[in-house]
Amino acid sequence: MASAAWEEARDERLKPTSPLRRLMARPELGAVGGFVLVLLFFAVVAGDTGLFSALGIINFLEVSAQLGIIAVAAALLMIGGEFDLSVGSMIGFAGIVIAIPAVEWGWPLWMSILLAFAVALMVGWINGTIVMRTGLPSFIVTLGGLFILRGLTIGITRWLTGRTQIPGLREAAEGDWLAPLFSAKVGQGLMQWLGDAGWIAVRADGVPLASGIPMSIIWWLTLTALATWVLLRTRLGNWIFACGGDAQAARNVGVPVARVKTGLFMFTAVAATIFAAVQTLSVGSADVLRGQLKEFEAIIAAVIGGCLLTGGYGSAIGATFGALIFGTVQMGIFYTGVNTDWFKVFLGVMMLVAVLFNNYVRRKATEGR
Amino acid sequence: MADGVPLIQVDNVSKHFGTVIALAGVSMTVWAGEVHCLLGDNGAGKSTLIKILSGVHKPSEGRILIEGEEVHFNSPRDALDRGIATVYQDLAMIPLMSITRNFFMGREHVVTRGKGLFERLDVRKANRIAREEMAKIGIDVRDPSQAVGTLSGGERQCVAIARAVYFGAKVLILDEPTSALGVKQASVVLRYVAQARARNLGVIFITHNVHHAWAVGDTFTVLNRGRTLGTFAKEEISREQLLHMMAGGRELEELSAELAEFARGRNRTGGEGARPA
Repeated sequence: MASAAWEEARDERLKPTSPLRRLMARPELGAVGGFVLVLLFFAVVAGDTGLFSALGIINFLEVSAQLGIIAVAAALLMIGGEFDLSVGSMIGFAGIVIAIPAVEWGWPLWMSILLAFAVALMVGWINGTIVMRTGLPSFIVTLGGLFILRGLTIGITRWLTGRTQIPGLREAAEGDWLAPLFSAKVGQGLMQWLGDAGWIAVRADGVPLASGIPMSIIWWLTLTALATWVLLRTRLGNWIFACGGDAQAARNVGVPVARVKTGLFMFTAVAATIFAAVQTLSVGSADVLRGQLKEFEAIIAAVIGGCLLTGGYGSAIGATFGALIFGTVQMGIFYTGVNTDWFKVFLGVMMLVAVLFNNYVRRKATEGR
Repeated sequence: MADGVPLIQVDNVSKHFGTVIALAGVSMTVWAGEVHCLLGDNGAGKSTLIKILSGVHKPSEGRILIEGEEVHFNSPRDALDRGIATVYQDLAMIPLMSITRNFFMGREHVVTRGKGLFERLDVRKANRIAREEMAKIGIDVRDPSQAVGTLSGGERQCVAIARAVYFGAKVLILDEPTSALGVKQASVVLRYVAQARARNLGVIFITHNVHHAWAVGDTFTVLNRGRTLGTFAKEEISREQLLHMMAGGRELEELSAELAEFARGRNRTGGEGARPA
């Protein structure tokens, strides 16, 4: 084929599309736009409250990061055409799987962390296998998982310890080789240097208030980059889109739908465990009620990020910006001193707007020229 | 029919679903460079037969031979690997995905670079191939990264067919490719069916529209209630006879005139009315 001639012919027929129109076709546009609006809003309302100080920024990034870790996984699963409502309960469950062996039985912490990940892989596998074998909606199957895991978490913890909280993880983490992967702070030198230079606030002893970047933020950014790479540039990514777009069509051309979807369920459970490890180790305790409602927050973040509830469309970057909106608003409301009750109202409204917007974008993408 | 071995031989195949006998001893033969039309009314067993050929179902009895060799498909993938590509009427494409992504769906490995963890899609190459292959069948794709949902129904069928041909299909199974299309779009697809034959592919063309079948078909097999009423070369049979066979069968002989009239009228309105191009 004369590819040069082709190139010309194509250019001729291609209507020059403005960069703006191209941008419109991206699923994450809504979330990025929303984030800019939120930033502008709080810059005006809360500009002088410390929200945008180094500490404030780290704070809202950390809140966003924790949600972002599970939102990215939830987004991949939604693009693959399924939901996982058991994510929140998995967070609580993973928390006690880390804490009980480490605190009550004297296991080294790294071993109980690895155990938690093994358990997560198994839970994800069970979720995926039930969904794929029975053909039941994942909504129902994982709703069952939500209650089963939460019940197990409370039941096992009370049965073994007589309490609902397990403190003492900070002591267990001392000297452990794996724990810093979840609880350390990086960039302390940079923060110190910024503090010494007088650009960020320091305590009386010269240590900056924001002493470093928490690992949760690193996990979040890494997972986002990884998920984006997989979605846009790999074979697996194409399979994920195909599974969510039309599982039957995908199966007919040889995509291993059951394996892809089961793998995605395992990934959400693993993401929940990363969340749990970060949270329990930074707080120093596990609590049976951790992670409640996180499954819905993750789905909301994914939807704000452009994922369609019907699957087959969405982006990991979008989910990350969805989580960022979450974190910014949550901390913004906190810093402005508004009653935090209003946060939930905002969330609901935000999600409705996002769904309406996504619906419109999808119509444009598939019908409009 | 050059090399003496048929591409596909269906030998006395039966399929039961519980107590339902969907196919009862069907045989047919498909040669390279032949368009073999599979005709029959709803429930005649056409879908069951092609699902067996494409690896979705396994036959309860009987044998399938590909180029003279008996095969047992466990999945659609196995059939694909043997060069049997099936294009389903409505399940061919995923509207929200781009043309390129659809084109390489399930076969992404031909456009990847790098090894192991660094294996990645060569998006530029994939786009180029998709655009070129579509151009070969006379469809201008302005932008292969546009969603398939923006294409017309006929164009979507053509993407599916072009994909199958590009990936080395020897046999194309087309499941009602024209039934949801208007006259103009149907002719686009029919033209491409003829092109595939010219490239020495075997084509199994499933339809209940005798006019479309007659336009491109070389051989006609008529199914009725899970049994074959026979296979006929184009010279051996007239369009009216085919219509008659599809419409009711021999026991309705005395009603044949009325039935043929009715069927012809229905086909005419069906062809023109479905969807304006």
